[in-house]
Amino acid sequence: MSQPVRVIPFDHQQSAHCETGVISNLMRFHGLPVSEPMAFGIGSGLFFSHMPFLKMNGIPVTSYRILPGWIFSRFTKRLGISIRRVTFRDPREAMDELDRVLAQGLPVGMLTSVFYLPYLPKAFRFHFNGHNIVVFGKEGDEYLVSDPVMDGPTRIHRSALIRARFAKGMPNIKGRMYYPTRVPTDADLRTAALKGLRRTARDMSTTPLPMFGSKGIGYLAGKLRHYERRLGEKDARLALGNLIRMQEEIGTGGAGFRFIFAAFLMEAAKLLNAPPLKEMALEMSRIGDQWRDLAYQAGRLCKGRAEAHITYDHLADKLADIGRQETAFFKQLHQFAKQL
Amino acid sequence: MKKDEVPQDDANMLEGKFKVVKYALNENGEFEKVPSVGWEPENVALSQAWDVIHERVEAARQQVLKGDLSPLAYHMEKNMMDAALLAQHMDLPARKVKRHLEPAGFAELDQALLDRYADVLLVTVDELKQVPR
Repeated sequence: MSQPVRVIPFDHQQSAHCETGVISNLMRFHGLPVSEPMAFGIGSGLFFSHMPFLKMNGIPVTSYRILPGWIFSRFTKRLGISIRRVTFRDPREAMDELDRVLAQGLPVGMLTSVFYLPYLPKAFRFHFNGHNIVVFGKEGDEYLVSDPVMDGPTRIHRSALIRARFAKGMPNIKGRMYYPTRVPTDADLRTAALKGLRRTARDMSTTPLPMFGSKGIGYLAGKLRHYERRLGEKDARLALGNLIRMQEEIGTGGAGFRFIFAAFLMEAAKLLNAPPLKEMALEMSRIGDQWRDLAYQAGRLCKGRAEAHITYDHLADKLADIGRQETAFFKQLHQFAKQL
Repeated sequence: MKKDEVPQDDANMLEGKFKVVKYALNENGEFEKVPSVGWEPENVALSQAWDVIHERVEAARQQVLKGDLSPLAYHMEKNMMDAALLAQHMDLPARKVKRHLEPAGFAELDQALLDRYADVLLVTVDELKQVPR
């Protein structure tokens, strides 16, 4: 007996980041068009943290955003969207439930491990269990996939999807899937955007502990300065390479989400009728350019091609300077957002 | 970043499958999504990360050939796993997996466990029992 063919008309649009891309694509399907930057801003995704006590493959974690999944939950909370989220013990149950929801005509978001997604380029397939995709149909043994980082929809075999949904490790994703059950199409984007903006400004300016928020950038600069002495040349270069990857690799839209955030500020300037936000968007973009410049010089150092003046001290100075600019920027944003 | 500054440094990291998008300022002073095939520092950092993995795989292969480790160790490294992660996928205690990483422990494996290891590590049972020479 052949399986029924079920393909939901789903408008896939490419995005820079998987979580915000899935939000934007799912919301458009449910009649609430929001751009990726708007999803990022409302979900107040921007952050900075450098956590020497939390290591992956022996390298301290540096992050330019809030925790995975938080953008989604902040976004849905601020717009009054109801979401059903489920995890499973048994892969077969997880696939049956997916089929059941698809049969209702609803596209389904889910967490996957990039290591087990055969359609992605090999170079990006590490064990990272936090990649969001949308499944919007099934033909025979293949599922139709909207992977936000890709330019078009793709397909995955059922057995491959099971592996990707049930990858073990950090975190154990257990087939987690989610789909909106109620999306108010008259949702108040203005209030939500303002709340998101205020939250980011607050997170960046007032989070306690030296490693979080804009002051965390200076904290990392202090560590970076001693990398070569403390870790030796090889490991120092690895740590530097890791920093570049966290900042620039697939998913950040450039400069550790700073450009996506700038795009949000620009949209918010119109939405909230607040022209100064446009100026701030351009300022954020200029700070983003400096992050890029830092990554460029760090890349030269990693490759052993750096000019003599590019040293760890030099990079640390540059990073500390970015930290001072972001501190001033978010303080100003914090003050300004209060008046809106 | 302006639209015409979005880097296009192709190191075939994306295998020509698609381009990623970056946000950049266009002629009208607004942000738009601009496709990119890659950027030199990203390419450097990415290949550096892969070099580390390839070194580990090769070191494991040498140890298997010397008889210090079982072929399982090689296939585990190829899948970028450590004993703890492999144990989770196998639903076994890590200490058992560590035992199977030794040639003597591997020799004791029954067919059912060999099948499961092969499935988890994406190889056939025949492939699991050897390493490339």
